[in-house]
Formats: sequence, structure tokens, C-alpha cells
Amino acid sequence: MAEAHPVGFQWVVEAKNRGAKVIHVDPRFTRTSALAHTYLPVRAGADIAFLGGVINYILSNEKDFREYVVAYTNASMLVSEEFEDTEDLSGLFSGYDPETNTYDQSSWQYAGQQDEGQEEEESHADRETASGLEQESHGPPIPADVPRDPTLQDPRCVYQVLKRHYARYTPEVVERLCGVPQEKFLEVCEAWTANSGREKTTALVYSVGWTQHSVGVQYIRAGAIIQLLLGNMGRPGGGVMALRGHASIQGSTDIPTLFNLLPGYLPMPHFKQHESFDQWIDAIRHPEQSGFWANAKSYAVSLLKSYWGDAATEQNDFGYGWMPRLTGDHGTYQQVLDMIDGKIKGYFLLGQNPAVGSAHGKAQRLGMANLDWLVVRDLFMIESATFWKNGPEIGTGEIVPEECKTEVFFMPAASHAEKSGTFTQTQRMLQWREQAVEPPGDARSELWFFYHLGRIIRERLADSTLPRDEGIRRLAWDYELHGELQEPRGEDVLKEINGYDLTTGKLLSNFTEMKPDGSTSGGCWIYTGVYKDGVNQAARRKPGREQNYVAREWGWAWPSDRRTLYNRASADPDGKPWSERKKYVWWDEEKGEWVGDDVPDFEKTKPPSYRPPEGASGVEAISGDDAFIMQGDGKGWLYAPSGLIDGPMPTHYEPAESNVRNPLYAQQANPTRKVYQRSDNLTNPSPPEQHSEVYPFVFSTSRLTEHHTAGGMSRQLAYLSELQPEMFVEVSPELAAERELEHMGWAHIVTARAAIEARVMVTDRLAPLRIDGRIVHQLWMPYHWGSEGLVTGDSANDLIGITLDPNVLIQESKVGTCDIQPGRRPSGPELLAYVQSYRDRAGLTPGHHTPIETPRGADGEQ
Amino acid sequence: MRPARAWVRVVSVGVKTWIEGWPVYRQLTGTDPLGRGAAAQSPKSKSLTSRTETADRVAKSVCPYCAVGCGQQIFVKDEKIVQIEGDPDSPVSRGRLCPKGSASLSLVTSDRRQQKVLYRRPYGKDWEELDLDTAMNMIADRVLAARDATWQDADEEGRPLNRTLGISSLGGATLDNEENYLIKKLFTAIGAIQIENQARI
Repeated sequence: MAEAHPVGFQWVVEAKNRGAKVIHVDPRFTRTSALAHTYLPVRAGADIAFLGGVINYILSNEKDFREYVVAYTNASMLVSEEFEDTEDLSGLFSGYDPETNTYDQSSWQYAGQQDEGQEEEESHADRETASGLEQESHGPPIPADVPRDPTLQDPRCVYQVLKRHYARYTPEVVERLCGVPQEKFLEVCEAWTANSGREKTTALVYSVGWTQHSVGVQYIRAGAIIQLLLGNMGRPGGGVMALRGHASIQGSTDIPTLFNLLPGYLPMPHFKQHESFDQWIDAIRHPEQSGFWANAKSYAVSLLKSYWGDAATEQNDFGYGWMPRLTGDHGTYQQVLDMIDGKIKGYFLLGQNPAVGSAHGKAQRLGMANLDWLVVRDLFMIESATFWKNGPEIGTGEIVPEECKTEVFFMPAASHAEKSGTFTQTQRMLQWREQAVEPPGDARSELWFFYHLGRIIRERLADSTLPRDEGIRRLAWDYELHGELQEPRGEDVLKEINGYDLTTGKLLSNFTEMKPDGSTSGGCWIYTGVYKDGVNQAARRKPGREQNYVAREWGWAWPSDRRTLYNRASADPDGKPWSERKKYVWWDEEKGEWVGDDVPDFEKTKPPSYRPPEGASGVEAISGDDAFIMQGDGKGWLYAPSGLIDGPMPTHYEPAESNVRNPLYAQQANPTRKVYQRSDNLTNPSPPEQHSEVYPFVFSTSRLTEHHTAGGMSRQLAYLSELQPEMFVEVSPELAAERELEHMGWAHIVTARAAIEARVMVTDRLAPLRIDGRIVHQLWMPYHWGSEGLVTGDSANDLIGITLDPNVLIQESKVGTCDIQPGRRPSGPELLAYVQSYRDRAGLTPGHHTPIETPRGADGEQ
Repeated sequence: MRPARAWVRVVSVGVKTWIEGWPVYRQLTGTDPLGRGAAAQSPKSKSLTSRTETADRVAKSVCPYCAVGCGQQIFVKDEKIVQIEGDPDSPVSRGRLCPKGSASLSLVTSDRRQQKVLYRRPYGKDWEELDLDTAMNMIADRVLAARDATWQDADEEGRPLNRTLGISSLGGATLDNEENYLIKKLFTAIGAIQIENQARI
């Protein structure tokens, strides 16, 4: 955090100065470790073993915050008798289908709900479209009569299921898998549990490297389980905080430029699951389910009204028929492979530099070299715009400029200072930026570019009679332009996002005002309220020093300006603060409403004693003590009966590339991971396969304070380039001795995809770990370098192959195996031969692929 | 006597001026014990004026790098950005910026920034300049051609698809919400679904 989010880290230091204990767990000693009380080096890719160990410590010592757990989590609910655990099935949950590598999730359901579980086909479609977890509790309605045992003694209740699942994750096992000495691990467990409860809360902070694993979602689930068990969710000083790495990466997820989502986490229609409008709506709202998703029709219709205006009517399902449909995986990695195969004609790059920043750089560049046209919009000349003249494949002869047909348009972009608009930062807070100056030369904003591109396309199609063009012709695209550059106003678009009452023309103040009948609009329901009272709330800037610590008059946070989500949980079931010290939001009996430091994340006047009438659904079915109002059952999920592709509870699997045989289960790696079996996307062998010794070391990558992602905004700047001028690789003194690597000298790193070179930094920041009885060396690299800019170097992401988390289709790029050798890598065609020589030794023939389900008996064959 | 007294006075005034000109003396006797303000000032630095003081206006902004969302103040003079500093009002950052945020003046004012539309024709060996309007029209032509060539109305069972798989787009996490909104709206309307950004990686 100190390294990649240094200004945010000032609050950790502030807390430390007030007596908070800071613990840092990371494969590498960083600037964060330097300021922490305790630093624990761990093996990259073993986080679930570590967190599972913490869960086991909590449950076997009954350190959970019992009142919170019983009231606000699903601990007491009974799980189906048919459920079988990984502990009984060698690392698989019940319902596994080896044909599709997905689960029939029926047996994971609560007791009596078995018929509602997802079947393999549905689960497969969810994996392809990264939609497993959309709308939080995607899946069946959870009725009020799920059998429960509030004493938590029934062997089928979630609490006991969880306890059995993690019983084997003992401190000994944590030491064996993660390389953390037991006493250090127990110190963390003791500190975490001692600092949680009525009087105290503990915050868990991760950076999004956690998501870049084949089990990434389950890492975060494991963290969430701990925080729920300890009563740290929805309370001040608690929570699970994701530190994201781009100015508006949260905003671009909320108002997504993502294939599987529409604004506000509504799903992009799927050709089979959402063939009709009603199917689409019902898939989101789950009739009979409780919670705010029940009003999904209002959110969805309002979006369609924002898209198509008057052309969206009840008669035409508000234009649903114009919406394009998904049929499967259309994610960025599938796209890149399709580019290589010649299926994609044109590509827009909008402030993103996949030639350096995405996994498998060679695949990225070869894909771009096989397009008809490419449009790059950026501030500087980036590697993704010059692959045809400066990329590594020019040297190897894989791309020849005279033979590369791709037409490239470089369109200079306006910077953040040259346009006004909102970024949504990592805590869901929107902050409006004022425009300082006009952009220089041909530089234009994306608002300008896409408005005018749309305008020209609409002019071209104005007279078309083709049904396919109707959705464009009737699109609401009348934005008032201003200034010499003819730019749409960001305020107008933000108002459209906020939404209007179309009968009065007034801006909506909350999404609860949205209607399913087409009388309201709103381009992203969770952002409704950002223009409350006709005021740009995101532009509020009352100085922090003039407010309390919640600082509610600075910017605007979705939903409804709530700064801490699920903050109903900061009060006990009766609505009283858990303690005076941790008072945040509570029920005021006299006023008959929820009050406190934040906007209550609960219906303002619904009392804690409220119980839904029989047969209630939707918002009415949320009980007065259901703190998790977006969940189908109102509870925080320790156990996920549906929605997760890879299992209801996090389980330790080895990374897709590992040199350690999974000590816990016969199943080596995530049995549902998304793979692309192709000769141009080979995976290094892992046990029980042979030849994992060819790539004997573990590597991880991350950021430096002085650079940003693929370097497009940092390697072009003189100060930053001077501060961190060169690509390097960190190795421990022990590994340096073993491989004869010289400090400040050259080394090269090899995987099945590539060999790259870097300067050697021999440092104690990395230490060899003892894993399962032998020494495992880890090495580390920053991933900022490429062939353009003031400082250039090889790209770490070239080393990485494409294997994805099944829930969200994010690549495993924070752990892999490799070799490292002294000296520079070969260049030219010899580089290809060199990488091939490793593949040959590793048995990676073009048809080779690692089985997803580890064959039983495989260990005997070694 | 008089001239002598005058001499002494001249010397003592000279000594006094000389001693007071010594920063350590000012630091020990003045109001700036840490020597970070008035005590350290020289006649030269006293005559300097900061760029922030003479700016025509200040735009309230936000750092464009990571997602912490630090406040920035952008100082403008003669329609040029002359300085970018942390915004002390921000409850997120309290005026601080990291090395990247502190370098954002050079991000926006760098002479390395591309200001012209550039075009690489198929099989070309170098860039050519292109007029912005021409480029916009060429891109629109290509979008429509790619869409026509790859359009899918329905699957073999007649279920609607309404889409093209011939067009991809990547990026959005560095852009504004309003921009992402228009991008998704336009691409959805033309049936392009392969829209992704940094959140997927």
C-alpha cells in the first residue's frame, strides 16, 4: 500500500500513531513492510491456506463475534444433506462434472432448496460470461423458512460446515504451505481476533493483485469470511478494502466498459438466458426474493429510457429488442486470441496499453498485427501503437512491417486537466474535476470522440431501412455542444446518468424513485442522487478539516451517498451501537428513524423490530435486522450456496503454474479455472506432471511508486524515469549464489511464453521459504517497462500465459514459475529457439495441455 | 570625536546588518526556529513570486494516476497550466501527492505528448499526418464496414443476436464516468459487445 497507494497509506500511519497494530503479509518486503509492526513473507499463490488457517483459528477457538455472526450472517442456516466437501472428495465439491469442468450446484444449496441450484450448463454459461456473482446473490430465491439452528450446533449448519472445511488448515499446515513460522502466524491470528468485537474493529486491505489469480475471487471471499466472523463488516474501522490502481477503475466497472455488464451491474443480455425482456428482468430480480434487486425492472427500464428516450416504450419492451446478445466468453483474452485467428477486424484502445500491461504480451502484439485497423487514443506514443515498427517481434522476425496489414490511427487524447467530469475512486466516491484549459492541437476527450463518432455513424445511417440500424437511428444522442471544439457537456451526461422524472423533467434524488413503467430515466441506477436537488453533488468540496472523519460533504459516494456499505451492521440487532466507541449508525426510537454519522444503509424508518409479513418479497421482505440488504436472504455469506463457479467455500489450490504438489488435496489447481488450450498459450508443467523442475522458481510482479501500470503515463516523464530508470529483477542472496547472478549485472528470466532480460537486484527483500520440506525461491519484477518512452526495457507481462479465474475471467498474473539465468537473453530468431529449447525439455509439445482435473493416481506415475 | 563616533556607529550598524543577514542568527532569535521560512530567506528568494500566486485561476481537480483520488489544484496563467499541487482541502489526501501525482504537471505539459493525429497505412513503414476530420470519417467508415461484414442477426434457432464480433474496444479505467457511459451506450447501440477495460486484467 505504501508502494502503490502512498498517499492513502498516510491513514495507516495515522492509525499506527494512535496505537493501531499494522501487519503486512507479502511475498516481498516493501515500503509497507518497513512501516509495519509485523511483516510476514509468504509464498505467492498460497493465500487461501493462510486465510483458511485464520478461519480455523477463529472457529476452533470460538473467537468469532457470536452475536454478530448469528444475527447478520448465514452461519445458522442448514446446508443440504447432499452437500459433500472437498475434505471428503480429494479437493472437489459435490456435483463436479469432469466433461465441462464445472459444477452442478444443486447439492450446495440450503436444506430444502436443492432443486434451485445451478446446473452445469448454467454454471458453464456463467463462467463464460463472468456472471456468477452479478447482483450479489445471483441464484435462487431464499425463502424465509430456510431451516436454521441459532445455537450453531447442528452438524449441517453453515457454521459447522465451515468449521469442518477448515479443520485441516492448522498452523502446521500454514507453515508447510506458506512458509510462515507457526508462532508468527499465531501472532497474526491473536492480534486480528483480539482487535475485533464490540469495542474494536480491524480493517483488511488488499490491492488488486489479489484478483489476479486463478482463485482470485476465493481469496477475497476468504478475507470476507474472516471479517464477517469477527464482526468487522459494515462498521467503522473495519471492512475489506480493495485498493484499485486507476483513477476511475471503479467508475468504469460501475458504468462499465466491460462485455458482460451494463451500468449499475445489470447483466448484458445473454442470447439464451435472456432471450426475452421478461427473462432478462426476472433473471436480475428473482421474483419472490428479498432485497433491493427486486426492483430491478425499474433500474433496467430507466436505463433503456436513457439509451433510447422516447423511442423506448412499453410496447417495444423499451427497446430491449435492439440490445446485442452475448453467447459466451467475449472477454479481452478471448478477443486477443480471436485477433490472432483473424476473426476481429477493428480494435479501439482507449488509454490502455495491452502490449505491455496485459498478460502474454506476444499474443497481444500478434493479435494487433492481424487486424484490419486499430485506433489508439492516448496522451503519448505507447507500445500498443508501435508494435509494427518497434515491438519485440520485429527483432525475432515474427512481425515484418512490410507484411503487416494493420492500419493504425493514433488519436491524441485530452488529459485529466483538459476536460471536466467525474472519476470514481476506490471507495466508490465520485469527485468532479473542473476543466483547467483546452486540450492542445488535435487532442480531444473521449466525450468528444465518441459523441462525434456516433454523430457521423448516425448521419451515415439516417436513411437506412435495415432493422439492424434502427437502434442507432433511434438512439438518444442529442447532446448540446459548446466551445470552439464542439464538446458535449460532462454535466449533461452526468445528469443523464443520474436520471429524470420524465413527467416533471426533474432530476431524481434517489434510485428508490425509479419506476418500471417508463416514466423515469437513469443511466446508472446506483449513481442516482449524484445530481440530487439539481446540484452536482460530486463537485462538493467542503474542506476535510471543517468536517468530521466521514467527510460527507466532499464528493458523493454511491449508493445514495453512503460512505460505508452495509452500515446497519454497525448497530446490534436491536438497533443500538455495539459500543460507544464504535458508534456509527443507529436506530433513534424517538425520531423513529436510523441516524448517525453516515447515510444509513437501510430504509430510514424501518424499525429493528420489523418482521416481514408472510409471503412478502423484495424490499418488504427485508427484516429489521437484515443488515445485508442486497443479499437475497439479507445475510452476509460465510458459505455461498450459489453464485460462485468454483465452490461455496474457498479451498487451497495451487496456482496453475506451481512447483509444489498440493499438499492438501489430490486436486492440484482450481478444477474450474478457465483455460485456452492452444499451442501459442502453453502452461509450464506443475506436479504431478513431470518436468516442473525446468521452470524451478516462483515469480511475482507488482508496481513501483514511481511508475504507473504499463508506463504510458510515467516512462514518458523525465522525473519519474530518472527515479526508476531500468527494468530489474529482485532475487535473494541465496538464489543469486545458486544461479551465479551478480548484483547490478544482467539476468534473463524464462517461461514457456518468453524470455526477458533485466538488471539484477540482489536483496534481502526476498527470502527463500521452506515449503513442504524443501526450499522454494521466489523472485520479483516490476511490470512497467516496454519499448517506448524515455526509459525502455523488457516487459514482465510477456512471461505470463493466459489462465483465468472462472468467476470473473481475470488472468493469473501474480504467480507463475520460471527459470532465471545470468547474462542477457539471446536476441533475434535465436530468442525463439532459446524459449523453444526450454519447452522441449519441459515436454511442452504443441498439443500438450495440463489436465484441469488432476488424474487420480497421477502421483504414482512420477 | 564626532567622526570617530560616527565610524563606530557605521561599524556597529554594519555588524548588526551582517549578523542579522546570517540565517542561523535569524533562526535562533526570530520566529522561525526550524529555519524553513523567514530565517532561510535571501534577498533573492525574497524577491521571487511563486507561480501559484500569480496564476489567473485555479481548477479543482483529481489526480489521474491510481484510485486513491487525491485532490489536485491546477494553476492556470494565460490559458497555460503553470503548476499542479495537492489540494489541502481534500479529506482523502490533505494536500499530499506521491511522486507520480507530483509529476503530473509534466504529464500534461510534456513536449513528448502527441498533439497530431497520426496514420500508419497498411504495410506502411512510418507514420503520416492526417487531418482530424478526415480521420474521424475514416474511422466511422471502418466501423460500419466491419459491422456490415460481421453482422449477426440471429442464431440458427432464430434467437436474436443483434451484434457484431468484428469490433473490439479496450480501456476506460483512466477515463471519466461520463465518457465510459457514452462509449458503452454507442457501442451497445451499434451491436459491438467486445468492450473491455483495465478492470478485467
